[in-house]
Amino acid sequence: MEWVNAIVQGILLGGLFALFATGLSLAFGVMRFVNLAHGDLAILAAFLAVSFASTLDVNPFVTMALVVPIMAAGGYVLQRFGFNWSIGADPLPSILVTFGLAVVIQNALLEQYSADSQGLDVGSFETRSIEFTDDIAVGWFPVLILGVAVVVLVGLQLFLSFTRMGRAFRATSDNPSTARLMGINDRNIYAVVMAIAFATVAVAGLFLGIRQTFGPTDGPAQLIFAFEAVVIGGLGSLWGTLLGGIILGVAQTVGNQVDVEYNVLSGPLFGHLIFLVVLAVRPSGLLGRRQG
Amino acid sequence: MSPLLEVSELSSGYGDFQALYDLSITVNEGETLAVIGANGAGKTTLLRAITGLVPTWSGTVRFDGQNLLPVPAHKRVAEGITMVPEGRLLFPSLNVRENLLVGGHGRRPGPWTVERVVEVFPLLAPLLGRASSVLSGGEQQAVAIGRALMANPRLILLDEVSLGLAPVVVRQLYAALPEITAHGATALVVEQDIGQAMAVADQVVCLLEGRVSLEGPSAGLERADITAAYFGMGHRLEAGEEGDRG
Repeated sequence: MEWVNAIVQGILLGGLFALFATGLSLAFGVMRFVNLAHGDLAILAAFLAVSFASTLDVNPFVTMALVVPIMAAGGYVLQRFGFNWSIGADPLPSILVTFGLAVVIQNALLEQYSADSQGLDVGSFETRSIEFTDDIAVGWFPVLILGVAVVVLVGLQLFLSFTRMGRAFRATSDNPSTARLMGINDRNIYAVVMAIAFATVAVAGLFLGIRQTFGPTDGPAQLIFAFEAVVIGGLGSLWGTLLGGIILGVAQTVGNQVDVEYNVLSGPLFGHLIFLVVLAVRPSGLLGRRQG
Repeated sequence: MSPLLEVSELSSGYGDFQALYDLSITVNEGETLAVIGANGAGKTTLLRAITGLVPTWSGTVRFDGQNLLPVPAHKRVAEGITMVPEGRLLFPSLNVRENLLVGGHGRRPGPWTVERVVEVFPLLAPLLGRASSVLSGGEQQAVAIGRALMANPRLILLDEVSLGLAPVVVRQLYAALPEITAHGATALVVEQDIGQAMAVADQVVCLLEGRVSLEGPSAGLERADITAAYFGMGHRLEAGEEGDRG
């Protein structure tokens, strides 16, 4: 029974991984942009929430209404007037630029907030749960996270499939210079993509901050999980990202169960192993487009 | 007839490579101009310079009297310039209907709709829901032309429509050209197939190594002169020599 519980908890944890990975997946899918600062942006959003929650004296959930738009606007501006210069057939410039940004964010957070761990307190909601059996209890908060992840990913997929702007996203992803011939401003498209990526990672960062304590240098670890979710699911596929997040979550919680004593190590280890197996057996990911 | 497009003394190229040398052409409203020339003569570069996809080094491009040089590529569509690119370049992630719709992304107001395009190319009617990558070459070319029409162009640039297609398919596609120009669009056609170019065009310009080697009304040109201008043999006209600056 505890194994069933591990799998259920893993699926719920997968929601958080999928939310983390959404922005990476979208940015890579539309503009071959690899953002190494993605995890640090999540931590930045969580620290912003800490500041707003204490200065405004509100519940961290309420700060989302401020943090998410601020991050989205920051993403738009950063892409439009910065990252766009690094976009091209070669992803290396984007990797270098965002590596630098990651260092800047980490040190700015250390400077501003010190190295102490912080947490976001939302009261009793965090620990409330429904018990199905003696062994299986499902927390409301993890259910909320998974629900938000599904809504975000399904919403994005519908947006890409059925709107004029989404069509422009896909056309730009296929061929930016031909897209320009259609009257599409590809530079603006890239900026909107980055705004969406920043907004989703901000939500993920807040959820992370509510779930556990965090420090200024926790970003890279989150980045690794997000990358693993994207690669397991398949580069450029949003459904794949959701699936990849869930598989990674289940692998980690089942890994915890295998060696309860050292679960801090064995959980992530199982996640990494699943990631390596997928990379070896199916490099394009479970739902990824095969390279033609 | 007033000039719709005036390219004067245009030089352009890629990186260090110069493809066009002080090239001048004029397209009058309502006329069809064919640009012919061998591979590497600069035909595609000329079209890409008109659409803004390659930078202009020197010279001017005027459209309906307006200087186009400050206008970025994605805004030239709204001015009324669209291109059917060489190799068709449909968007593989989009189905046929979406490819047509995206052609109207930056459109100017006008009569073209998906239904109207299907009237001109009835072969597309059963294909609208298909992925563009599974179509035959001729079907893809019809989609590419339809996609350009969706922007309601005043000037439509057609680059090598016949490339890689069976002659019967090429004739079908070109049969639609009068219907397109009847809606008020002026066509600039780039072709390697001289016979096809002469058949559809009012005016012909032949390019050789980035310069105009021959120009005139298609009815008045001698086959031998075209051949000479096309391959650069024998007498070259003054137009080709005056812009030479190495």
